[in-house]
Amino acid sequence: MYIRVEDVSVNYQQGGSTFEALKNVSLSIERGEFICLLGPSGCGKSTLLNLLAGFEKPARGRVFIGERQVTAPSPKYLTIFQNYGLFPWRSVLHNVELGLEAKKMNRKERRQQALKYLDMVGLVQAKDKKPCQLSGGMQQRVAIARALAADPEILFMDEPFGALDAITRMKLQDDILRICKDEGKTIVFVTHDIEEAVFLADRIVVMEANPGSVQGIVKVEMPHERDRTSDDFIVIRDRVFAMMHLKKEKEVEYYI
Amino acid sequence: MRIKLGKKVWCTAVSLLVLLAVWEAAVLIGSFPEVLFPSPISVWNAFWQLWTDGLPGSSSRVVLGVHILVSLKRFAAGYVGSVVTAVAAGLLLGWFFRVFSYINPIVQLVRPIAPVAWMPFIVLWFGIGDAPAVAIIFLAGFFPVLLSTVAAVEHMEPVYRKVARNFGLSQAQTLYKVVFPAAFPQIMNSLRLALGTAWIFLVSGEMVGAQSGLGFLIMDAKNCLRSDALLATMITIGVIGLLLDWGIRRLEKFVL
Repeated sequence: MYIRVEDVSVNYQQGGSTFEALKNVSLSIERGEFICLLGPSGCGKSTLLNLLAGFEKPARGRVFIGERQVTAPSPKYLTIFQNYGLFPWRSVLHNVELGLEAKKMNRKERRQQALKYLDMVGLVQAKDKKPCQLSGGMQQRVAIARALAADPEILFMDEPFGALDAITRMKLQDDILRICKDEGKTIVFVTHDIEEAVFLADRIVVMEANPGSVQGIVKVEMPHERDRTSDDFIVIRDRVFAMMHLKKEKEVEYYI
Repeated sequence: MRIKLGKKVWCTAVSLLVLLAVWEAAVLIGSFPEVLFPSPISVWNAFWQLWTDGLPGSSSRVVLGVHILVSLKRFAAGYVGSVVTAVAAGLLLGWFFRVFSYINPIVQLVRPIAPVAWMPFIVLWFGIGDAPAVAIIFLAGFFPVLLSTVAAVEHMEPVYRKVARNFGLSQAQTLYKVVFPAAFPQIMNSLRLALGTAWIFLVSGEMVGAQSGLGFLIMDAKNCLRSDALLATMITIGVIGLLLDWGIRRLEKFVL
């Protein structure tokens, strides 16, 4: 197993009482898998992602990536945030170069690498613009290019398309799927959108709140290039609905 | 809403002309002694005398231009020194906020003390001449810039810090490439405010021990019972303050 979460719990103190953000969560993820963490707000899916990314520490339990225990963030595992986290004072190109500056790459190589990934997300022509001049979808593409340019092994995505309109979101879903399969990245993707999870994931980790925990895992056995309107798609979506208790249970009317 | 330039010039001209007219009318109607309330014409004559010839009977008879230059030089030394140290200290203290929690009480204690109150100590420590004025201007500019830099860093978008950590930027890189540019708009704003305050304190700084400069000229005109020259100097100080503010506004617009 590549990523291992071993019996992890996280608590927050809230005005005297303790809030169990995560309780006894265990999870394993293979290299190259696309995992969606799906659940209502308060189920601890973002907390779990922050643990994996090293931004938070568990009260109990351990998180491993490869052979090493996660204790701090690392450029090998990059997070993409819902509000993009681009630097407004830098041009698009310079934003994408950020991770390469930390790696002390020389200017020319940096430029080449950044342009390559901007091309991959289809934004080379916007390279000299400032982030505020771009739409939300384009800004998130820049953030994705910035992460890919630093060549991480894993991408952690925290509701990355949550602030985008439905059509832009679907386009970006197509793109992220294509790019990540091409680049062979492992992805952990937080969302509360069931269709998004079914469209993207190899496995969907369904979570519930109070206390935050894993309710079940749905394996999505469909090839990628999924059709959002196909029967298979709807069957799996229904299975997730059922697991989240969102499906009305019909009374059984007769027995055969 | 922005007022158009032509309109602005017009408003300024009208307000100044009305001021002059009311002033002259008051002099004509009131028939005050000239020394208590000089007329605009005599102030203009005094200004011209200061500009071409200097103040008769003064202990150091140099022309107004020289006084202005001397004052500006002290001002530049005090202000630049103050701003550079305050911004550097502010960035560090904002970044290591725990340290600031210990420094802040001292800052809050020292800040309400008028810079002029330091004067006796400043003279004892640094002597007379340029030092008191430079030191007073330094003190006047230091605290506002320090506190707003700390506040700007503290209230920086939390995602910037996360991104910097995640991409593996070193502490120095983070301060220079992320924290400083993120805080810059607010710092620039405080620089403008501090410029005004520091210029106000220039006069008090030069009233003690200086043998040149605009503050000295104020004292000198007073000692010579030349209220017309006094007013002429006051107006000069006001106009230069206005020009400095205009200049830094232009600079602000240019860099932001």
